[in-house]
Amino acid sequence: MSAVEELFEVTLVVNGVPRSATVPARRLLSDFLRHDLELTGTHVGCEHGVCGACTVLVDGRPIRSCLQFAVTVDGAEVTTVEGCGGADGELGPVQQAFRDCHGLQCGFCTPGFVTTITAYLEEHPAPSDDEAREAIAGNLCRCTGYQNIVASVLRAAELRAEEAGR
Amino acid sequence: MTTKTFGEPIARLEDPRLLTGQGRFLDDIGHRALAAAFVRSPHAHARITGIDVTDAIGVDGLVAVYTHEDLDGRAGEPLPLLIPHEALTHGRTGYALAKDEVNHVGEPIVMVVATDRYVAEDVCARIGVDYEFLPPVVGIEAARDGDLLVHDDVPGNVAARMVQSRGDAAAAIDAAPHVLELDLDIERSASTPLEGKGVHARWDADDASLRVYTSTQASTSVRAALAARLELPPDRVEVIAPDVGGGFGVKIVHPWPEEVLVPWAAIRLGREVKWTEDRREHFVGATHERGQLQHVRVGFDDEGRLLGLDVTVWHDNGAYTPYGIIVPIITTTQLLGPYKPGAYRAEFFSLYTNTVSVTPYRGAGRPQGCFAMERTMDAVAAHLGLDRTVVRERNFIRPDEMPYDHGLIFQDGRPLVYDSGDYPATLEKLKKLVGWEEFEAYRDEARAAGRRVGIGIACYVEGTGVGPYEGGWVKVETDGSVVAATGLTTQGQGHRTAFAQVVAEELGVPVDRVNVTTGDTRRFGYAVGTFASRAAVMSGNALAAAARKVRDKALRIAGEALEADPRDLEIVDGVVRVIGSPASAPGGSIPLATVAVLANPLRYAFDREAERATQFGGPVDFSKPPVAEGESPGLEDTGFYSPPRSTFANGMHAAIVETDPDTAEITILRYCVVHDCGTLINPRIVEGQIHGGVAQGVGGALYERMVYDDAGQLLNASFMDFLMPYATEVPVVETDHLETPSPLNPLGIKGAGEAGVIPGSAVLASAISDAEGFAITRMPISPSDLYSLRSTSTRMGETPR
Repeated sequence: MSAVEELFEVTLVVNGVPRSATVPARRLLSDFLRHDLELTGTHVGCEHGVCGACTVLVDGRPIRSCLQFAVTVDGAEVTTVEGCGGADGELGPVQQAFRDCHGLQCGFCTPGFVTTITAYLEEHPAPSDDEAREAIAGNLCRCTGYQNIVASVLRAAELRAEEAGR
Repeated sequence: MTTKTFGEPIARLEDPRLLTGQGRFLDDIGHRALAAAFVRSPHAHARITGIDVTDAIGVDGLVAVYTHEDLDGRAGEPLPLLIPHEALTHGRTGYALAKDEVNHVGEPIVMVVATDRYVAEDVCARIGVDYEFLPPVVGIEAARDGDLLVHDDVPGNVAARMVQSRGDAAAAIDAAPHVLELDLDIERSASTPLEGKGVHARWDADDASLRVYTSTQASTSVRAALAARLELPPDRVEVIAPDVGGGFGVKIVHPWPEEVLVPWAAIRLGREVKWTEDRREHFVGATHERGQLQHVRVGFDDEGRLLGLDVTVWHDNGAYTPYGIIVPIITTTQLLGPYKPGAYRAEFFSLYTNTVSVTPYRGAGRPQGCFAMERTMDAVAAHLGLDRTVVRERNFIRPDEMPYDHGLIFQDGRPLVYDSGDYPATLEKLKKLVGWEEFEAYRDEARAAGRRVGIGIACYVEGTGVGPYEGGWVKVETDGSVVAATGLTTQGQGHRTAFAQVVAEELGVPVDRVNVTTGDTRRFGYAVGTFASRAAVMSGNALAAAARKVRDKALRIAGEALEADPRDLEIVDGVVRVIGSPASAPGGSIPLATVAVLANPLRYAFDREAERATQFGGPVDFSKPPVAEGESPGLEDTGFYSPPRSTFANGMHAAIVETDPDTAEITILRYCVVHDCGTLINPRIVEGQIHGGVAQGVGGALYERMVYDDAGQLLNASFMDFLMPYATEVPVVETDHLETPSPLNPLGIKGAGEAGVIPGSAVLASAISDAEGFAITRMPISPSDLYSLRSTSTRMGETPR
């Protein structure tokens, strides 16, 4: 009865690796990453762009992957939480900072914070306490009360500076 | 290196997985599963007169459409009433798919299974349901009036009425020198974990077994419920809680309609089926909490000592009572906090409304009870012109009165007896932390600058660690690593770390050698669940008991191998040795790994290490069989912990707020917490629990409310409209601890999970009242609420400070 949906081949460079899948035009980027590419680190908390759990970096900029269609970012470079690690499989600076500061509890919102903070620190390598809080003010966390996430932002900045100084 | 980590704020063992995207939450499982979606009622109260699926048939990718009529056998029965109680005279539960009638917006009516979720939702949109509208009952007043009924056969909408009392409260109040009455109002909020519910089921027809993953707080009980509903032998059903993205109470309810339906459909279709709740579904299809009206009547002497307290609570239980009347029972018992109330009487009415059902949300009735008691304490202080901390101090149960018996029955069906606690010391610490005595000088300073500030205080006692029991299993592998399991589940509490710390401490192994599994019926089948701040108390002590047995066995076997008295041996860093001897002493030590090999007599060697356990591998004691009577092979054992009654943690919060004289904006300037949850396993995790609880308390006090219109539509069922706090709304929490070990369990632990949220509304109401000079009796409070209260209270002739 209903027409079969038209499909499109979408290719993204995800965490440095070209990845393709054939999907309908309405496939959300979040679902594309999670279910077509099976990169489930990106989480979906609201599907209306408010919670920030699905945040990924598209060409270096943080965006809500639940508010984008995969086809609209065809060809883009995408960084997910799986791509925020350090060299040789170690935790990246933001990930390490979250561990050091107990910046996560259930871990569901965490990927969106990690990507958001990664992008933020690229442009603001030495935030103040208030700036760190402002930087994460677009992401919801129901577990931590944010205090340790603010500390994680500051700690990540330190770790990045140490890394750069090496 | 040292193995000593118990009590230390070590980093969590689960973090690396979660931080790198390697967590496995429900929707991360089953990429090839069919997807389920639901047609849910858009009406609060209606009869279903017809369901038309004509337009849905033939949609490409549609697999199945189910309505109540399709639910065969016990799957079609009403969902279970989990906690029956004699006072719950009119308990009601819904069906997995609605039968004839719907009682709240969001109630599932039709289940659609399709090749993917997009298609399943397309199909839902093509299904028509005809309704005959019934008048909805919305709000506690409407329910209490009883003119309109939610369930035809429940008179007055009263699911339960319950009275608990000690002494003659009415007489004590009538005879008291001072009497006050308060009317209080707390609105609805909800757990709102960032991950909603979700279920994945796989039926193995060849093996006749069912594996279900569900985002739950009670996997063993889900298994029992599913085995019963689906009429399967329990040992053919496995239920696993994968990584769970927050629970806060809502996921203790089970089985949800979807938890029955997804496995039911998987069996029927012979295919994997998955359902992942979306955010709107969670708002209208899960559960809420908190909504209560309260009337307090209190009698007290000139010193502010309570002589009698009489509390009536009207509790909104929503459309159904799947979790019984636990929430109002907790409200009316935990209301007492750290105080002696004199004669006490508490009565509650649990009332049906045509709204989402009400089940525990972190705090589980305690925030409302704390609000009632603490508002009362402030009212007494104001009436007598006394300092608010002085009135509280005068009513405290003293440390030398512990254990203190309130003469009531608690939510676990056992006496409400506080095990321990030092409330005066807690108050002293809090006053010092917040600078209680210095506040008036600060207020004067602020006032001179045109600012309006206030300070508030609230105290609570939390019954934690409720029974009936939990168990633990500990095994030393032949490589010296340790695996452990407990049946209760984890939703972010860091159990893998805290329980590893417990096991490592008892067993003398490095903590990173201990791998803990929770919430997986394949690994441990006996459990109750994670709620009521009970996990550390219950499973912590159970795992400690199991680890102690394993340790004893290890020392026994090592003693034989070393020809030493087990009493002279210790385990340090995974090596059994003579107490105090250096690890390098020849013949004086044996690795736990080797003991594990020796513990399991083998016929077949599979590597060099295993050779030692074979029949010709070493000296043999011919006087007894290889596995002695009463022994079992393997270096493993199981332990259980069942408490005589609950433990009671306590704490006190103080907050300093500023209210804008023009806009009535409310800003929290400082938030201080002193808490006592007994022995700390990992202070960093406990502190994190407090921070998170406070954030939810602040949300409940200032931002979060479920806004229903008269038709029973939830107007703010999205994160755009339901104001969960962001980082910019949550204050920095300043904390201080007391550690009064519980005498009830070997580790001295009390629970910490809910503590942070309990006094949130009470302490902020206290602080805002102090800033404004009139009593705040209704929470949450928004700037516009406060703004209109100012005009009302001015009309009443009171002058804001």
